Amino acid sequence: MRRIVFLIVILAVGLAVDNPYRLQLLTIVGVNTMLTLGLNMLMGYAGQISLGHAAFYGIGAYTTAILTTHAQWPPLLALPAAVLLTAVVALVVGFPTLKLTGYYLGMGTLGFGMIVYILLREWSAVTGGASGLVGIPPLAVGGFTIRPGRDYFYLVWLMVMLLFIICERVVDSRVGRALRAIHDSEKAAAAMGIDTIRAKVSVFVLSAVFAALAGFLYAHLISFISPGSFDFMMSIRLVTMVVIGGMASIWGAVLGAFILTLLPEWLHVFADYEVIIYGSILMTVMIFLPQGLTRGVLDIYERSRHKFNSARSAASQG
Amino acid sequence: MQEFLQYLFSGLTNGAIYAVIALGFSMLYSATKLINFAQGEFVMLGALSLVSLWSGLHLPLPIAFLISVAGVSIAGILLERLAIRSVRVPHPITLVIITVGASILLRGVAMLAWGKDSHSVRSFSSHPPFDIAGATLLPQSLWILGVTAAVVAALHFFYKKTLTGKAMEACAINKRAASILGVPSERMVMLAFAMSAAVGAMAGILIAPVTMCGYDMGAMLGLKGFCAAMLGGVGSSWGAIAGGLLLGVLESLGVGFISSSLKDAIAFLLLLFILYVRPSGIFGAGEVHRF
Repeated sequence: MRRIVFLIVILAVGLAVDNPYRLQLLTIVGVNTMLTLGLNMLMGYAGQISLGHAAFYGIGAYTTAILTTHAQWPPLLALPAAVLLTAVVALVVGFPTLKLTGYYLGMGTLGFGMIVYILLREWSAVTGGASGLVGIPPLAVGGFTIRPGRDYFYLVWLMVMLLFIICERVVDSRVGRALRAIHDSEKAAAAMGIDTIRAKVSVFVLSAVFAALAGFLYAHLISFISPGSFDFMMSIRLVTMVVIGGMASIWGAVLGAFILTLLPEWLHVFADYEVIIYGSILMTVMIFLPQGLTRGVLDIYERSRHKFNSARSAASQG
Repeated sequence: MQEFLQYLFSGLTNGAIYAVIALGFSMLYSATKLINFAQGEFVMLGALSLVSLWSGLHLPLPIAFLISVAGVSIAGILLERLAIRSVRVPHPITLVIITVGASILLRGVAMLAWGKDSHSVRSFSSHPPFDIAGATLLPQSLWILGVTAAVVAALHFFYKKTLTGKAMEACAINKRAASILGVPSERMVMLAFAMSAAVGAMAGILIAPVTMCGYDMGAMLGLKGFCAAMLGGVGSSWGAIAGGLLLGVLESLGVGFISSSLKDAIAFLLLLFILYVRPSGIFGAGEVHRF
């Protein structure tokens, strides 16, 4: 039922919005939603922080960009290459990194993210260096080209929906239960017979694959990529999307991606004050609603209803 | 040999700066178990304050130094009072995002106050560069190393010889036990924030003459200082110093003998290496599962 509503909303939004700039913005919201969905599996469900997730996004985007421009591969062939490469990198990095916990894990993923970012920035011969890669061809399936605009919007959001379903399935599966057990107590989970490192690495690879897919779609949408889109701040922005939306909530991921992607657009009117306001909003939300907006707003609702009910029962007794 | 010496000098100079930034991280971490992502912004504020007070208002250097450090400490106290203390459930991820939010905010404020252009400051003393075995040593390097040594000595004295310092160490070891014994632990946390901001500001003031100072200089310096702290073992003062100097020298040698495009990557490669091999750092106590 919810899925049908979701589909109808996507369809309606796609039909209602005509402005190409807004359509592109909403498409990017979709790309960011894919990223947050993956990161939410890792952070929200398995409780493993990643401060370098933009690296996987970058590897996905750069792989397809390099293959389709330098090597003239068709995008459809570049897709499996991008996903596979990212998965392999995530697997290799994941094993040693996910043995760390808490801040140390944060640091490890941060270091990895920075290394990938510096690699993208400095390996000019292949990645185009700081100025990036231009002329990434649009997506073409057979003879049919999906140009940025309404078609691309639908493509991205259908992919979001697909990933959404995958997430729901994983959360309700044996692996999902294992992940939540690890979130609550890794030692207890291990004592119950869960292969914790394997479960953690699997979800790490899954979230990396989501990110690679998002990177692929982003590269062919924008047709130009530069390392700046995959830096430390991007990783932080992704973590913020997950946390602001509300961890361990699939809908929260959508909400977080939506708000944090559009917030800078809304703040443009403040010109130079934009950065200050962005920082303040981030801090304020985290201070007052550390559970994120989905949970936080629900909490406020529950509390006020509780207050209202107790006031009413007090009145009826008195 | 001459080349090696030259790289060593520049490495030690940078390393001393990293060490001071790492000290700020470590100090705060041992007192509060918090990694402050706005630490680099304190460095930036220190450097830019010096630009305004010394080059702009022509105040004498010691006074400009003191006012800058005091101003940035107040920023540190404000951060603790307004943001960190208000958090009801201090989950690490929440705190990380709050300090990142603070760093974005401070960067925005600095951009408005000092503009988007870079500023530069003259060296502390106008002495010509020294020539040691064919390698040049800038007088500013001596200033940096000297002030770093003074800061380390002062901190050592503070922790080991003063009552407040001992109280702070007690808080770091066990906050609840310390507060039962009458240590005002809340005030110690505030003091730790003020001190780590002050140390960050000093790093910024020291580095100001040898780099371009702009509102965005803090991010990379903060991350490098952070790598240095992890390298030495976060929470350990000696570790911070050793980690900083080691990072500075290795970075400088890497740039000199391998490639300059590697410069920023070396810090993070070292970070990953130490995390995989010995997560508690060179001087760490060996405990990794902090929570």
